[in-house]
Amino acid sequence: MSGAEKIAVRVTEVSPLNELVTRFKFEPVAGGLLPTFSGGAHTVVEMRDGDITRMNPYSLMSDPFDQTAYTISVRRDDEGRGGSLFMHKNISVGDEITISNPVNLFSLDLRAKKHLMIAGGIGITPFLAQIKQLDRAHGNWELHYSCRSEALGSYVDYLTNTHPNDVEVYYDDQKQAIDLENLLDGQPLGTHIYVCGPKGMIDWVRGKATELGWPREAIHYEEFLAPQPGKPFEVKLAVSNKVIQVGERESLLEAIERAGVDAPYLCRGGACGMCETSVIDYSGNFIHRDHWLEEDEHASGKKIMPCVSRFEGKTLVLDR
Amino acid sequence: MTIQFNDETFRDDYSFRNSERAIKRFPFPFDKDSYMYAVNMEQHRGGPSDSIYEKRFDVDEHYVSEMRDRAMVLADDPLRCQSLPHMTLAGWDLLELIMVSKSEDYPDLFQLHRDGDQWHWINKPLGIDDKFTFMDETTLPYGPMEYITRQTQGDFCVLDQRDDNLWMDAGMITTQADWSLDFDIGMNFFEWHAPVPLAHEKGIFVRALKFLLNIQQGAPARRLNWTMTVNPLLDTSPENYHKWGIQKTELTPENIGSKQHLRVELQTFFRLPRSNGLVFPIRCYLCSFQDLMTSPKWGRRLHRVIRDLPEELATYKGFIDNRPMMLDYLSKFDDGLPTSNGIWPEFDTEPPLQK
Ligand code: HEM
Ligand code: FES
Repeated sequence: MSGAEKIAVRVTEVSPLNELVTRFKFEPVAGGLLPTFSGGAHTVVEMRDGDITRMNPYSLMSDPFDQTAYTISVRRDDEGRGGSLFMHKNISVGDEITISNPVNLFSLDLRAKKHLMIAGGIGITPFLAQIKQLDRAHGNWELHYSCRSEALGSYVDYLTNTHPNDVEVYYDDQKQAIDLENLLDGQPLGTHIYVCGPKGMIDWVRGKATELGWPREAIHYEEFLAPQPGKPFEVKLAVSNKVIQVGERESLLEAIERAGVDAPYLCRGGACGMCETSVIDYSGNFIHRDHWLEEDEHASGKKIMPCVSRFEGKTLVLDR
Repeated sequence: MTIQFNDETFRDDYSFRNSERAIKRFPFPFDKDSYMYAVNMEQHRGGPSDSIYEKRFDVDEHYVSEMRDRAMVLADDPLRCQSLPHMTLAGWDLLELIMVSKSEDYPDLFQLHRDGDQWHWINKPLGIDDKFTFMDETTLPYGPMEYITRQTQGDFCVLDQRDDNLWMDAGMITTQADWSLDFDIGMNFFEWHAPVPLAHEKGIFVRALKFLLNIQQGAPARRLNWTMTVNPLLDTSPENYHKWGIQKTELTPENIGSKQHLRVELQTFFRLPRSNGLVFPIRCYLCSFQDLMTSPKWGRRLHRVIRDLPEELATYKGFIDNRPMMLDYLSKFDDGLPTSNGIWPEFDTEPPLQK
């Protein structure tokens, strides 16, 4: 158990939008209301795929003020880790699944005089929620949305119908492209840029804006903090005299707990230092992900933060 | 358990008192016999029954009088409550968080009825019964943050989160340990912590900020902080230092037991869902030395902590001059016996004073 409690939801709608994108609607199993959230937030959806639990983050696209249901849109990725394929193939109306509380790593800067949104493909989803939030507060925004083709333009009709003056759509297959330099040039003082889309697009927008002298804090982008799985590995717990297996999609801390060993923790996010554990012996490489240990401690091979860090190699013996 | 609200003052005649129950649930901040700054944070998910950790926003016997004191501070100095324009949404978040929490946790004292955006709030201890439209400021007598924090014990920093930092862009600060909202408004986490000794060098603030930025909706956290206050004063602000600073010189070996108070802050952290801001309630609990000494464990431990506290901390906390007198008093309650771990008084198991 890490962080906030999870939420049990029932799938109440599955709507294919086009060849690649399907929308899912979730309502709380227990009845009552879901937590509110802020535009740009995502939820982590847990999928029970046989023995494996897959966890994928998806932006919430519904109205942040609507607590009766959440909606997400999932683009099928035939090459990815399998989560989106699983959603498309195996999730249907009536299924019960578990999602996390909303987390926002892409929130609006509410000081902005104007919000300039740039979306590519499925990157449109967080903006749908942000637009609802801004409309309620009479915020000033403008959206530039680039899609592969009309057929794959998710929510284009909805956006252009409801906000004809604020939305500009560009189709790759019609050789339409955002004239970024001019767009950025013409913005009033106090404008903030938000970009969500393929990595290439994010880099392009951030690069151009920086080049044009935009302050760093006025450029926002969604860098999806996908769950960090890794190869399975084996660990010997010296004090409790146990040998445990850490699965692909569980943390070392979770595996220790699963073995019935009581290990200290607070944040489970690599920041508080509570779970710091001494390494007695190892042969292999650490994958340190915490913010707690200093660089030289990481290099020393003497400590590990099991809430976030992993190991690859033959032997790992911990003082636990 | 029903709460009997005290009629008491935190100024002039200082009629503030802790009942036996309040002493038993006092958040003694030391879990061992020494103290140093640390990233001492844990999840805020309840705690032992009737402890100050049990509810999301603890309401105790001082509630009504504390709110009266806050109103007096605000009448003298309206700048104790400020909210930059972009923080109004966070103010609504806070109002919602407190109203929902209090009405669920204390249904006999607070009630919230919601019909869409038409809200009806009843605060029985303060005799308030208001109907308003959620998210419409014109339907409340104050802005949302001010409205609800005039009805909730503790100071409130409402932080905006952006650019991987937290910004003190709103707050209600009337019970502070010698820092000023008017000075800190608009500052970020490192700027407002600049005066704190030793903690920067130990990397505490860098780590603490990382933790705070990651606090999730539905997963609040908490920590304890402490200082010393002569007389049960809530408002120890720099703005009023000329009034209370001098009282530190009025301590004598005869009156120290009743005048010297350990001041403990229960600091909690909640993510605010609609604004993605963070609220940092700082709830102040006061307990006189003589009341603390009713617990043998606390007596032994407080003596050892104060004796061994680094000079920089005693100076920053403003009691370096009075430390010798404190130690004279406290040493009488330390017989050298070992103490058990943890902050709880352990009245049943800790041996009585052997002196
Ligand atoms: C966002 C939440 C926080 C706010 C708004 C806040 C605010 C403050 C302020 C205004 C002061 C007084 C500084 C002065 O002398 O002017 C202070 C002191 C301090 N803060 Fe924070 N703080 C926060 C979180 C934290 C956290 C998470 C930690 C550490 C884990 C921390 C550690 C300290 C320490 C050690 C002091 C010195 C207190 C003393 O010795 O009495 N703060 N804080
Ligand atoms: S639990 Fe906080 S660093 Fe691991």
